Amino acid sequence: MELTTHKGRTSSRTPEKVASMPAQPSSRKYVGLTLNYLLMSLLAIFFLFPVVFMVISSLKANENQLLQDVTTVRAFIPYDDISLQNYNDAFQRFPFGLYLFNSLFIVTCIVVLGLLVNSLIAYALARMPFPGRKLILIIIVALVVIPFESVAVPLLLLVNQLPWFNGATTWINSYQVQIIPFIADAFSIFLFYQFFIDIPRDIEEAAFVDGASRLRIYWQLIVPLSRPVFITVAIWQFLVHIGDFLWPLMVTRGDTYRPLMVGMRFFFGQAPLHWGDIMAFASMITILILIVFLLFQRWFLRSAAFAGITG
Amino acid sequence: MHLPFRATTSTITPSKILRRNRKERYLSWAFALPALTLLLIFLIIPFLLAIYFSLTNQRLAPEPLPTSFLGLRNYARMLTDDTLRRALFNNTFFGIVVVPVETGLALFLALLLNQKLRGMSVFRAIYFSPVVTPLAAISVVWAFLYNPGQGLINAFLKAISFGHLGPYTWLNDANLALPAIMFLSIWQGVGLYMIIYLAGLQNIPQSLYEAARVDGAGRWHQLWYITLPQLRNTTFFVMIATTVQAFKLYTQVEVMTQGGPGSATVTVIWYMVNQGIHHLHVGYASAIAVVFFLLVLIRIIPILRYVVAAEKREE
Repeated sequence: MELTTHKGRTSSRTPEKVASMPAQPSSRKYVGLTLNYLLMSLLAIFFLFPVVFMVISSLKANENQLLQDVTTVRAFIPYDDISLQNYNDAFQRFPFGLYLFNSLFIVTCIVVLGLLVNSLIAYALARMPFPGRKLILIIIVALVVIPFESVAVPLLLLVNQLPWFNGATTWINSYQVQIIPFIADAFSIFLFYQFFIDIPRDIEEAAFVDGASRLRIYWQLIVPLSRPVFITVAIWQFLVHIGDFLWPLMVTRGDTYRPLMVGMRFFFGQAPLHWGDIMAFASMITILILIVFLLFQRWFLRSAAFAGITG
Repeated sequence: MHLPFRATTSTITPSKILRRNRKERYLSWAFALPALTLLLIFLIIPFLLAIYFSLTNQRLAPEPLPTSFLGLRNYARMLTDDTLRRALFNNTFFGIVVVPVETGLALFLALLLNQKLRGMSVFRAIYFSPVVTPLAAISVVWAFLYNPGQGLINAFLKAISFGHLGPYTWLNDANLALPAIMFLSIWQGVGLYMIIYLAGLQNIPQSLYEAARVDGAGRWHQLWYITLPQLRNTTFFVMIATTVQAFKLYTQVEVMTQGGPGSATVTVIWYMVNQGIHHLHVGYASAIAVVFFLLVLIRIIPILRYVVAAEKREE
């Protein structure tokens, strides 16, 4: 609509003027291009400097040098006493390996079990006509609206009372308390559902007529055909849950089941404050995730839009 | 496409179909049950509990005093709670600054990257990379950057102002702590919305620009009369997402300031956790959770739009 008003206004221009528009002096074009890249490079520095600063600082074993360097550009230059001493210290002072294992174990379980559970219900909703189907779909869409933060406190009381197979009468301080509540995810179900309904029905029908079971159709037809949505959901869930902080902080007590992010907070809070060690700890977490990001960049960017939808 | 099945019509009798239908129904429930059970136990029940607890004086630990029903007294208490009011103010202030700045910057970055120039994918990856850096870890790095005595940010401000600005104590200064957290949050979050804007830009039909060029519209005209109006939905969507983020503010505060100095950086979620876990006031924390839920209910708009669009495609 705005376009029509715009057209009305510019149509008064003379044809000669239009013809002269694209012909610009080429030197001006190069100046523009240079300014463009200059601006983009400055922005790149802005987005990169904390990470670069963190990694360089983590390599400076001499804490005094580190603290003096932060007031100058030398904060970004690795020189003098460069070593992995801080990394060694971080491992010595805190069970980084255990935290790392906990984080990876928890996230892997959430992602793998989540893909299975959420895609199965989505498949049933998309393809198998059963009573209550529409109602369940509405409920699931409604559940997307509930933010985790608003159920965290009552959920803590609930998991505190739940039994587990090993005879424990509470889930507090365990792996399952950090995994099971996050397996089913309304938004993931919806993403799967939406993808499945777009798959042409004839492909399945042929298999169906051929006597293949539903489970076999799901596993041998639907899953391979839906690889993009599986990867998107997996990446999205990974990104959300590797950074989980509020819930593990609430439900873990000692080091045994603590994930990286909560470990980081306690490492930061513990005296003596040794910035070199802290930067080493933060570098290890960040670099790990950045590597995963670089490997699956395309999928990360595709998943980004979904993270935005749920806010 | 290779399919593991032959598409042949074998003998199907009516009884076979009937049997199959019944089996289908059981099977579909079997497919649906794991997810439904988990959602019921870990989302629906806790949500109903939050509403129920908010009407009681429920405590975290078993107490000598029995839990009793309070009606709306928890909600009445919120009206006179100065810390909660401060938290709501902080979230609102955070939103008023961060939502427009982050949205505008995201749009600007997307427009920059949407040019047909070499190296755009590298810049895109760089601008997006803070989004994947975990908040808990990067908050610690920023705490170091904001270091009151000898921090990099202070040194930078001093250098560009020829010694006129600073040194500031940032996170220890009641007036600067929240703006410092805002700055970090924008740095960390803007890449996500840039990607959403880039997707929006790529959906604008090129024919609109061609038509405008024929009419002799310059680049600013095209931006103002085509790009921005075409991106209206995206902008709306980004602003809602950033608003919700503003109300969810927690990790940065917990890591960097723990609400301080004083209550300068207390946020709704931080206060809720503080009341529920540290002061064991589950009833009151639940009332805050219910209010928080109502505050972020605007997120229903993008979700519904998304659902409606998906349903339309189905038809």
